[in-house]
Amino acid sequence: MSEIEGVRDVVAVGLLLAGSFLCLTAGLGLVRFHDVLTRMHAGTKPQVLGILLIMVGGAIRLEGWSATWMLLLVAVFQMLTAPVSAHMVSRVAYRRRHVRRDLLLVDELRTGEASDRLYRGDEPADAPPEDPARALVESRREDGDLPPG
Amino acid sequence: MSAEPRREGLLHQLRHQIPLMAWLVLVWMLLWGTWSWANLISGSLLALAVTVLLPLPPVIGGTRVHPMGLLVYVSYFAMDLVRSAALVAWQTIRPQGIGNSAIIRVQLRTDSDLLLTIVAESLTLVPGSVVIDMDREQRTLSLHVLHVRDMADVEARRAAVLAEEERVVRAFGSPDEIAALAHPPGAAPAGTGRRTP
Repeated sequence: MSEIEGVRDVVAVGLLLAGSFLCLTAGLGLVRFHDVLTRMHAGTKPQVLGILLIMVGGAIRLEGWSATWMLLLVAVFQMLTAPVSAHMVSRVAYRRRHVRRDLLLVDELRTGEASDRLYRGDEPADAPPEDPARALVESRREDGDLPPG
Repeated sequence: MSAEPRREGLLHQLRHQIPLMAWLVLVWMLLWGTWSWANLISGSLLALAVTVLLPLPPVIGGTRVHPMGLLVYVSYFAMDLVRSAALVAWQTIRPQGIGNSAIIRVQLRTDSDLLLTIVAESLTLVPGSVVIDMDREQRTLSLHVLHVRDMADVEARRAAVLAEEERVVRAFGSPDEIAALAHPPGAAPAGTGRRTP
């Protein structure tokens, strides 16, 4: 009986440690990655598996079904909500041009004549225009400093 | 005269809300952690209040679950989760940091709101890919993917997305939608197996 309990404890501790390590890499990724899109990968993903492992470890270690059901709910809601928040933050970041384009191999979302070439006034102050020289000419034209065309 | 159609509307609405209510009652019971009639009754009353006060649009068509397809989908999903979590974890701790990433557009073949949602959710749950945008009319997904070295990697990721879509459709799709998988992406006639309101 005690042997089984010993094995159970070892498995639980292993799962808890692996889960904690994955959550630690999520935090490390937030510091080390370059832009919002890659940071969202780190901030939301390793954590999903990490939380799952921690929940399984906790369910093994804690006795009683009541705690198990609660942990199951935590895991389910983590898996339901993490993708949605990652998607929303990434989408806003892309639209407001918080993207390191020099680190992108291809960008198939920006097709043809991009409409976000110029400043539109709603992007953050540190988002550069896609084409700085043209943006300057266009904004001067809008101010009436340059003849149109 | 005016009460009759409204009652019908309410009944119709409730019929669509029953899966949601069952889920709410289940969550309520799990939160309490113990089975009792009092929990069941109070949970049912709460679920009724939530669905009447905060109505959601019904999911058109619902799901058909294929057990074998579901098994394949879940086991591939678990494998992907572990493999790519290890990969992303390694990239965060290795000295040289992460490599290049890419934003790819993938033309999907399925045309149902529910299936597209499941595909997008499961793609985003797996580390290494985030769905940035979805064009419902064109049926394209735009994803940001980590760890691509060259264009061959990009094509491999695109094929992986299509394979994921195929597993989801084989697990939850109707026969029409499974048949639509045989068409190459973009060639399936629009409107086949369409399940949008």
